[in-house]
Amino acid sequence: MKIRIILSFVFPCFILLIFFFGLNNNNKYESINLVGKKISNFELKRLNKDTNYNIKNLSSSNFTLINFWSSWCAPCREEHKYLMLLKKNANIKILGINFKDNKNNAFKFLENLGNPYDDILRDIDGKGSVIFGIYGIPESILVDSDLMIIKKYIGPISKKEYKEILQHIKK
Amino acid sequence: MLSNIGNILIIIVIAISISIIYFSLISLKDKNNFISTKIITLSLYQTTFSITCFFSLIIGFVISDFSLTTVYQNSHSLKPLFYKISGTWGNHEGSLLLWINVLVIFSYLFLIYNKKSKKNYRLYTLIVQNILILGFLFFLFINSNPFSLIIPNPKEGLGLNPILQDPALAIHPPLLYIGFVGSSIYFSAAVASLITKYNDKFFALSIKPWILISWSFQTLGIIIGSIWAYYELGWGGFWFWDPVENSSLMPWFVMTALMHSIIVLQKRNALYYWVIILCLMTFILSVTGTFLVRSGILNSVHTFANDPSRGLYILIFLSLMIFGALTVFFINYKNDNYVFAANSKETFILVNNWFMAFYLATVLIGTTYPIFTEVLSNIQISVGPPFYNLVILPIVIPFLILMALGPKAKWIKNKFKNLYFFSIVLIVSVIINILITYFFRSYSILSNLIIISSVFLILYSMIDLLKFFKKNTFLDLPRVISHLGFGFLVFFIGINHNFSIEKDFNLKEGEKKKFENYIIHFKSLETQKEKNYQSIIGNFNITNVDNFNEEILKPEIRIYKNPDTLTYEASIKTKLDYDLYLTMSNISRSELYNIKFQKKPFMIWIWFSALLISIGGFLRFYKYEN
Amino acid sequence: MKYLLLLFISLFVFKLNANELEQKKIDIIKNLRCLVCQGQSIADSNSDFAQTIKLVVSDKVLEGKSEKEIYDFLISKYGEWIVFKPELSKTNFALWIIPYLVLFFGGIIIFIIVKKRDIS
Repeated sequence: MKIRIILSFVFPCFILLIFFFGLNNNNKYESINLVGKKISNFELKRLNKDTNYNIKNLSSSNFTLINFWSSWCAPCREEHKYLMLLKKNANIKILGINFKDNKNNAFKFLENLGNPYDDILRDIDGKGSVIFGIYGIPESILVDSDLMIIKKYIGPISKKEYKEILQHIKK
Repeated sequence: MLSNIGNILIIIVIAISISIIYFSLISLKDKNNFISTKIITLSLYQTTFSITCFFSLIIGFVISDFSLTTVYQNSHSLKPLFYKISGTWGNHEGSLLLWINVLVIFSYLFLIYNKKSKKNYRLYTLIVQNILILGFLFFLFINSNPFSLIIPNPKEGLGLNPILQDPALAIHPPLLYIGFVGSSIYFSAAVASLITKYNDKFFALSIKPWILISWSFQTLGIIIGSIWAYYELGWGGFWFWDPVENSSLMPWFVMTALMHSIIVLQKRNALYYWVIILCLMTFILSVTGTFLVRSGILNSVHTFANDPSRGLYILIFLSLMIFGALTVFFINYKNDNYVFAANSKETFILVNNWFMAFYLATVLIGTTYPIFTEVLSNIQISVGPPFYNLVILPIVIPFLILMALGPKAKWIKNKFKNLYFFSIVLIVSVIINILITYFFRSYSILSNLIIISSVFLILYSMIDLLKFFKKNTFLDLPRVISHLGFGFLVFFIGINHNFSIEKDFNLKEGEKKKFENYIIHFKSLETQKEKNYQSIIGNFNITNVDNFNEEILKPEIRIYKNPDTLTYEASIKTKLDYDLYLTMSNISRSELYNIKFQKKPFMIWIWFSALLISIGGFLRFYKYEN
Repeated sequence: MKYLLLLFISLFVFKLNANELEQKKIDIIKNLRCLVCQGQSIADSNSDFAQTIKLVVSDKVLEGKSEKEIYDFLISKYGEWIVFKPELSKTNFALWIIPYLVLFFGGIIIFIIVKKRDIS
C-alpha cells in the first residue's frame, strides 16, 4: 500500500516538473541538425550563363557563405550591405542562390544594391534549396574549406551575425 | 465604465465565493439536517453576478468598446454582430470568464438539485467547488483580466481571425465547457464523498445525471469541432490528432469509463474507489488539457496566443489540485469488500475501462512526448496521425466486438448461451465485408478486420432494435443508439478512408486536368467584394466521365483586412453518398493555382453516426430525469 | 494488331501506375509536417514551403524512390520534426511501447481483480 502512495505522488511530480521545464523552451523549429555535416552534392544553373555549377566548383581553399536571396524579399535588402562588407573585408567566398525569382528583377536588385557574390546560381522552383535544408529566405550557410557546415543562419544577417562570421574565419 | 463594472462584479463574485466557503464550513458543525437558505441564496447571488459579469463583457464586444484590451485585441467594428458576440469567448480571457461561469452555474445547480443527499456531502462539494472557482477567479483577475484597460483608448480593434468567424466555432467552446468544465462538479463531489463517507448507491445516483450531461455535451462539442475543421481547415480532414483536439478527447475517454462504471456502483455497490479516481481524473485531465493548449508548450493549428506566464499559473493550480485530491484520497482510503462473478456485466464494464485506459494512455503519451524529448534530450520530434492510427486502430477491433457482447451480459451471473447466435452474426459480417471488397475494391487486412467488427456491432445493435419493435421486450434504447452510432461511425470512417479519391495538382485559369474518371475544368476566376473581405472565386466544372454528371464548385481565396489575413474557403458539395471537396490556393509569383480535389464517400453519414452517439447520452439523461 | 494491343495495355498499365504514384505522393505529403505552419501537414498547408516540398516529393516518387528513402532524405535535411511518424529510435522507444505496456499490465490488473472478487 505504501508503494502505491509513493508512486502516486512521485509519478505526477515527475510529469509536472517536465511540464515546468518545457514551458521555457522555445517552440520554434531550429535546424541545428545540419551543423557538422558536409553539404551534399547539388547541381544548379548559373544566373547569367546557361552552364551548370555543382559542388566541385566550390573551391576548397577558403570559407564559403552560401546565401539564399530574392529580389522580392524585403529582409534580403536589409542584409545585403553586410554581404557587401563581408566580401570587402574578409577572405571568404560568397555563393548566391537566387530563389524562385525573375532573372531581370534579380539583376536589377544587384545593380541597385551591389553584387557581393563570386558566383550566382538560380533555383527557379525552390527544389534545389531543399538539398541545403532551406525552408525560407533569407537564409545563409557558412561552410569551411572542407565543405563542412559550420553555421546556418535563418533570417537576415545582421551586425551580430556579420561579426560572428568574421570570428569563424579568423580561427 | 464597462471596465469598472466588470472588475467590480469580479470582486463581488470573489467575495461571495469566500463567504460561501466560510458559511459552509460553519454549517458543517451545526446539527440540523438541512442547508441554510443563507448559503443557497449566496449561491444564487454568485450565479447572478457571475452571469451579469459575462454579459457585460458581451456588451463590450457588441458596442465595440475598444478601451477594453480584450475587445481591442479580438474584435473590430465591422465584424458582423453574431461574431462580435461569439468573439467574447473566442479568446483566452473571455473563455476563462465563460469557464468560471460554468463552474459557478454547476455549483449552484448541484446544490439545489441534491436536496435528498447527506448535508455534509453537499457542503463539502460546495466548498471544494468554490475553491476551484476562487482559483480561476484569481487567475482571471490578476493575469488574464478581460476588463483590463488600454489607455489611450484605441479607435479601432485588431479584429478576430476570420477562420474563427464561423457558426460552428461560435458554439463549440460553450458545448465543450459544459462537458469538461462541468466535470468539475463531480471532482468536488468525489472529494466530498471521500471526506463524508457518503459512498453508496445514493452517491452514485447524485452524480450520475452530471456525468451524463457532461459526457453528452463533450461528445457533441468534439463533433461540432470536427465539423468545423472539415469545412474550414486543411483538406477535407476532420481529425488531425492535434494537441487541442487531443486535449478534449482525453477527458472524454475518462468520462466514458466513468459513465459505465457509475452503473456498477449504483446497481452492485462495487468499484467505489475506482469511480472516485475516475471523477478526480476527468477534471484533472481537463485542466491539464487547458495547460497544454494555453501555455505555448505545444505547437498546434488552433492554439490561443501563447503566454508562458499563464502556463505557470495553470501548472501551479493543477499541481495543487492533484496533490490535494491525492492526499484526501489516501487519508480516507479503506479496503473495500465487494464481490462479483467473473462472468458478468460487471466484468465487461471493467473491460471497457481497460480499453479506455489504453486509449487515454496512447493519446496522452503521443501528445506530451515531444515535451519530454525536448526537455530531457534536446531533440525535437513530431507525433502525428501515423502514430495514433497505428497504435489505436488494431485495438479498436476487439473493442467493437466486446461493445456488442458486453451489454448482453447479465448482471451478477452471466451465461454464454448464445454462441450459435454470435457465430451467425460474425459470419454475416464477414460476408458483408467480402461483398464490399468484391463489388468495389479490396483494402488492407486491418481495414478488413475493422469493417467486419464494426458491422458486427451494427448488426447486434440493430437486432436488439428489431426485437424491441417485434416482441416489445425491454430495450435500453440509449445504449443501443450510442453503441449503434459508434459502430456506424467506425464503419463509415473505414469506408471513407479506403474509397476516397484525393488529388493535388497545379492549374492555370482555363486549364483542365483529367484523372481516373473525373475531368476538372478551371473555367474562370472572378473577384467579389464583401463587407469585411474581398474574395477571388474560382469557377470549376467537375465532370464525371462515367455518367456525365457535372458539378460546379467555387472555392474562394478571401483577403481580409483587420487583421490582414488570407483564408482559403473550400467548396463542398454534400450528397447522400459522397462529398465533393475542392480548395484553391494561389502560388506566389506564378499564374498557377494549387488545386486540391477530394471525393469523400459517406461524409454526411459520419456526422450522423457521431451525433447518434451523443443523442444516446442525452436520451439517457432525459429518461433518468423523468 | 498485336502491337496495338501491346500499346493499349502498356498505356493502361502506365495510367494505373500514374494513379498509384499520385496516391503514394499524397500519402507521403500527409505524413510530412509543414515547418513554417502551426502543426499542419504539407498536404493541408498552402504555404510556399509546402508547395516546394510537394514538387520535391513528386520528383522522387517518379524516380522510384521508396517512402522510407524519401522520409530519410527529408529528415537528413530538416531533422526528425518534419515527419509525423516518430522513428523507432532509442529516444522514441518509450513512446511506442508504453501504450502497449498499459494494455498488457491493465489486462493483468483486470485479471487479478476479477479473480480476487469472484464469488463463483
